[in-house]
Amino acid sequence: MKFNKYRLRMNKEKIYRLAPQDLNRIFEQFKTGGYKIVGPTIRDNAIVYDEIQDVKDLPVGLTDEQKPGSYRLKRRGDNALFGYVVGPQSWKKFLFPPLLTIWEAKRSNGKFELIEPNFEGQKFVFVGVRACEISAILIQDKIFGGGQYKDPNYLKIRENVFLIAVNCNEPGDNCFCLSTGTGPRVLTGYDIVLTEVVSDEEHYLLARAGTEEGKEMLEMLGFAEATKEEIEKADKVSSDAIKKFKKEVDLEGIVELLQSNYENPLWDKVSEKCLTCANCTMVCPTCFCNTIEDVTDLSGQNVKRIRRWDSCFTLEFSYIHGGSLRYSTMSRYRQWMVHKLSTWKNQFGMLGCVGCGRCITWCPVGIDIVENVKIFKRELSKVKI
Amino acid sequence: MVQVESIIVTSSIKNPMLPILFQVRSRKQETDDTFTLELEPVESGIEFEFLPGQFNMIYVFGVGEVPISISGDPNKKNRIVHTTRMVGTVTKAMGTLRRGDVLGIRGPFGTSWPVDRCAGCDVVIVAGGIGLAPLRPAIYYILSNRGRYNRVILLYGARTPEDILYKREIEKWKSRFDFEVYVTVDRGTSGWKGNVGVVTTLIPRAPFDPLNAVAFVCGPEVMMRFTAIELIKRGVKENNIFLSMERNMKCGIGLCGHCQFGPVFICKDGPVFSYSQVKDLIFKREI
Amino acid sequence: MEKILAEHPFFKDLKKEYLELILGCAKNVFYKAGEFIFREGEEANEFYIIRDGRVSLEISVPGKEPVIIQTLEDGEVLGWSWIIPPYYWHFDAKAVEPTRAIALDGKCLRNKCEEDHSLGYELLKRFVTIVEQRLQATRIQLLDLYGAG
Repeated sequence: MKFNKYRLRMNKEKIYRLAPQDLNRIFEQFKTGGYKIVGPTIRDNAIVYDEIQDVKDLPVGLTDEQKPGSYRLKRRGDNALFGYVVGPQSWKKFLFPPLLTIWEAKRSNGKFELIEPNFEGQKFVFVGVRACEISAILIQDKIFGGGQYKDPNYLKIRENVFLIAVNCNEPGDNCFCLSTGTGPRVLTGYDIVLTEVVSDEEHYLLARAGTEEGKEMLEMLGFAEATKEEIEKADKVSSDAIKKFKKEVDLEGIVELLQSNYENPLWDKVSEKCLTCANCTMVCPTCFCNTIEDVTDLSGQNVKRIRRWDSCFTLEFSYIHGGSLRYSTMSRYRQWMVHKLSTWKNQFGMLGCVGCGRCITWCPVGIDIVENVKIFKRELSKVKI
Repeated sequence: MVQVESIIVTSSIKNPMLPILFQVRSRKQETDDTFTLELEPVESGIEFEFLPGQFNMIYVFGVGEVPISISGDPNKKNRIVHTTRMVGTVTKAMGTLRRGDVLGIRGPFGTSWPVDRCAGCDVVIVAGGIGLAPLRPAIYYILSNRGRYNRVILLYGARTPEDILYKREIEKWKSRFDFEVYVTVDRGTSGWKGNVGVVTTLIPRAPFDPLNAVAFVCGPEVMMRFTAIELIKRGVKENNIFLSMERNMKCGIGLCGHCQFGPVFICKDGPVFSYSQVKDLIFKREI
Repeated sequence: MEKILAEHPFFKDLKKEYLELILGCAKNVFYKAGEFIFREGEEANEFYIIRDGRVSLEISVPGKEPVIIQTLEDGEVLGWSWIIPPYYWHFDAKAVEPTRAIALDGKCLRNKCEEDHSLGYELLKRFVTIVEQRLQATRIQLLDLYGAG
């Protein structure tokens, strides 16, 4: 099977008009097939990704106010289903689970027996995936599926994901996907893409298929085709979104710039507030570092080999020969930023950052990766003269 | 938008995290903290091939997994030899294993010493401490294809005479007319009549032609740095000097992020690198 | 002997008259295995070019075996203390194997260097390099690179 199923051409496919409630009809189709429907929902005053059953489980009428180190939910004054951007979680929690047993073993009489894992792969419907998130998923597809060695669990889950994407109507204050070239419009990587139009007079969703599976789903449910007027309104909402970005940065030359400035004293400046708390790596949709551990039972005869998320911000991460190689906070912050915006390109062919702004929102001291890029570019352009 | 790439999924993907079981065939104590294990497969019919310089991820039941360079003869296909120093929990547990005990092996991983890089060149092998272990397979390969090379020289530095690895083998190598072996120790002890001094002091006078030489260097990173400087001072070209780098490893297959060194992963882009590949980073701190 | 000194890398690019002067202060010497070439604390009045053999530089520590700092072999220069005041040896030098060397009269050369500062500069330049090499090697030894952890 190939992942080039996302090949239906945008301008050739029909666009359908759905009422908000119509999403439930799509959900019904999947419930019988053993799929878990996951999407945005409220938990502990944040919008997270978890199992949903019905349209009303979505954060209806809510929006998120994001600033460096701050996240608040607010009422919108309308009933938009997708009137927010992204929360502290990303779809990697399903594709690349925080904790995974990779195999088990049993010991008896000095010999041991390996029990091979059975990565059956839960089937998922992802509801409400943003453009930046699709980019992040495609990046992780390359990491876990495009190298010499692959992650079978990731691939098993990934091949069964039915992805319902949604175009952002308004960027968050920390969003900069326009600068990373990963949004705000969804262009590929979806089974169905939705655009929401909501005003005092009307509330509807336009849906278009990106795969044969998506196409079958929309045709089978007999939705009405959208009118030219409805399509124009939706397009306007999308193109208006591009004008509303508060955060922009020119990333031209960033790969070269960061790798030629490892010893620049600016690193102390940009990392001075960092607590090495690792929040940024946990909320980042592309961060993939993990570690492998043994867990035995009390008898010591049964062991599980587990993989869990890890972060380059910990001291243990770079431990070698009795000490941590990246001992200072500065060196760990530098490792993360240089990897994300520079060496990632050498390794995988694209930047590791999709401009979602999560690291800025969820940093307890509000370190802003965009501002840090600007600090480097400003200082270094001075030197050139 | 990120480009969609074709990723081929087959349901029968081999899980690269599953080890194959090997058992200890013999164990030899080399020095007071270093030992060599010779392993054979538990199930018959398994052949293990590797290139000099590659490493395995070795799993000790219930304790954990570590990357260890393979230090045996690449021509022997059903034996794996590992010389290991006891420095942490897993290696200490490995040190207690005896004949018949079972280990999990994943590998071989990584890049290898470019032993076929030249024909008719001088080969200078510089080993520091346990660095001789990952170089030994290259020595075996070179000696079994001896006609391909001009002069073959080993410069080996150990901490004290007691810490010299493979003592009997070194005597055998010394007795060959086609292999020049120089051993030095950092600290002499009574009865040691050989060289005393760090291994870099052997480089200025070693009998090789720098313009026609390839060097394979392995040891602590600081030692490799200073060795490379001495070799370059003598005129060896930067892209003919090869080092074996080391970093924390967890998966060994480029998926966990631990072994990154700037833009490269030590487990899949290394551990063997040419000096020109790493020279920009090895002089910088905390990379 | 003239040939050996003239071709030795240590005396490379030295003016012909200086080379002749040095030659005038040179003689062949031989040490048996185990024989001391000089002792710590003695006046440093010569330096040596080792022709053949091995010399160990040692420091004696009461109650312990003497510590060998470094060994020197064919072609290496032994002894820099003769050119740096107060002109005393800082360690022992012992022939580990039968060793042939060329001994150069440091006392005589010192006087010549005072008379002719140019000669002094040329010799100091060369000996500073030797001291630097020994220092660097000692520093690396100090790192105890192969030590545990």
